[in-house]
Amino acid sequence: MAAKRAERLVNLVIALLSTRQYVTAARIRSTVPGYEADDGSERADEAFKRMFERDKAELREMGVPLETGRTSVFDTEDGYRIARADYELPEIRLTGEEAAAVGLALRLWESAQLAGAAHSALVKLKAAGIDVDSSRAIPLQPRLDAGEPAFEPCYAAARDRRQLEFDYQRPDEDAPTRRHVQPWGVVAWHGRWYLVGLDLDRQAPRQYRLSRVVGTPKVTGRPGAFQPPEDVDLAAVVAGQVGGEEHLVVVHARPGTAIGLRRHATPLGGSEDGEDRLELRTTEPGRLADELAAYGADVVVEAPAAVRDAVITRLTRLAAMGEPA
Amino acid sequence: MTTTGTPDRMTRLLAVVPYLTARPEGVRLAEAARDFGVSEKQLRSDLELLWMCGLPGHGPGDLIDLSFEGDRVRVTFTAGMVRPLRLTTDEAVALVVALRTLLELPGLAEREAVSRALAKVSAAAGHAGDHVTPVAVSVDAREEALAVVKDGLERKRALHMHYYVPTRDERTERTVDPMRLLLVDGKWYLEAWCRRAEGVRLFRLDRVDDVVVLDEPAAPPPQAHERDVENGVYQPPPDSPAVRLRLSRSARWVADYYPVDEVAPVEDPPGGLAVTVRTTDLAWARQLVASLGGDALVDEPADLAAEVAADARAALRRYGVDVQSASSPAG
Repeated sequence: MAAKRAERLVNLVIALLSTRQYVTAARIRSTVPGYEADDGSERADEAFKRMFERDKAELREMGVPLETGRTSVFDTEDGYRIARADYELPEIRLTGEEAAAVGLALRLWESAQLAGAAHSALVKLKAAGIDVDSSRAIPLQPRLDAGEPAFEPCYAAARDRRQLEFDYQRPDEDAPTRRHVQPWGVVAWHGRWYLVGLDLDRQAPRQYRLSRVVGTPKVTGRPGAFQPPEDVDLAAVVAGQVGGEEHLVVVHARPGTAIGLRRHATPLGGSEDGEDRLELRTTEPGRLADELAAYGADVVVEAPAAVRDAVITRLTRLAAMGEPA
Repeated sequence: MTTTGTPDRMTRLLAVVPYLTARPEGVRLAEAARDFGVSEKQLRSDLELLWMCGLPGHGPGDLIDLSFEGDRVRVTFTAGMVRPLRLTTDEAVALVVALRTLLELPGLAEREAVSRALAKVSAAAGHAGDHVTPVAVSVDAREEALAVVKDGLERKRALHMHYYVPTRDERTERTVDPMRLLLVDGKWYLEAWCRRAEGVRLFRLDRVDDVVVLDEPAAPPPQAHERDVENGVYQPPPDSPAVRLRLSRSARWVADYYPVDEVAPVEDPPGGLAVTVRTTDLAWARQLVASLGGDALVDEPADLAAEVAADARAALRRYGVDVQSASSPAG
């Protein structure tokens, strides 16, 4: 931003903060330095209007609560002011430990999507007198899956509660399909970004992996068009799609093998054939069958039959890979 | 919308005078510049600009006044700019989500302190924090090793641990000099100098068992450099052997989860995808193919398919299923 414009904006904020009265545009023009002076020409009036409109938009964009109104019924036009109570960050005091927690937490966004917002939040807290020493922290680098182009439009739509429309490519489908969604929020789950919302065509909550969104999502309709469910837990929606009922699986493992499996297993003692019986728990029996098949002859499923059959099916397909086509 | 990039200059200009107001004893310029994340030169130019601003009238008594003593700066007249601007929705979201995430990670910070900070920040955010927060971050929090590793890093001590190596299905024992903690793609890693391997290694915390902090200091040798993980933790050298796979429709997700190149659609299997995975570790590739249970066909290397098939036949015999095959001696 040009220094002249920045200077004018700071002066405008100071001027409007310093008054309880609404100040007319004409008065602002004559008292805040940097505006095109009133020389009676239409050209100068036009230039001032354009400049002032841009400045108001810029301040509102930054979150400055610019009020419009009239101080008395005798006023002939609207004026402007900034109510100090709405402008100022409320009192906030953090102990050293709490401030350190904030510093550590904000590093989550380092080089990630909300890095800019995290930085300006930190600047404001420091300006409120809080000493957030982020250099003292332990060597730690949290990295979120950055560079997801769909994040920005999806996040903004969820924040503003505007309906979204986008093409979505499921990996098991040949072509992308158009989705219409009321976005509730964006979730980083196990390091991947998802959009969670109400799928309007299916009339059910759905999750969409952002990397599978094709092109730029488009907002449709006005802000505040819907209300997400009051107590929605975004991460739970994503987790729920893969979670479910817990299954118990018993396997036999040759002694000294299947070390990885044993890390999450309950040993049930030895089996008749001199192997170790292990009990495993899973909410995704299909995934466990994938893992068990990869252990080859070291691991055999005892029960349940469904998992045993699932492993045999996988092994049979794998065995066929050695065949000449 | 300022979710990306550096906050613009206006945010800073409105924050500088309140920042100085909160520190009436004055601040060293270098320290203030660091707090705002800008160069000293930039901060000087901000201060020069602010010096020209003030209350309407702009008489000598109306302008913001600063006083410089040596390398310190103080504000002597604020022109009414005493508090920073409220948090925007984006800023409130960034703060609240980050603190909520930290709350899920009990090993990293004192839980009570995080929880108090979250309450205070939410209160200060006011309306900006009213919404159902449009962002959530869920990370694997059950890592018991996290607290111990963090302790070792803070006290700069060596660690002793058991580490599970999945591609060899092996439990190893190591003494390491910790360098830093990383959270990449939702998983925690310890980057450390491994005395056994005599090199820098990334240890995934969910594969670490029985970690203890030793009395001896952590002393990574000078040649121990942090790895760049900007493109993920798995970066095979470019000349690594190529494993060429054809994924069936239901296994096409593999292309999303692993670094692959030369991706092309194929007719066999129908709706399939040909991909090339580069790896120096063929045991890993063998495990990947086996865990895909026939949904990935191997074009290259030729031995890989034969090995996976032989393993599967041996396993099937244990289930009492005998597979007739020309290449199987037991067939």
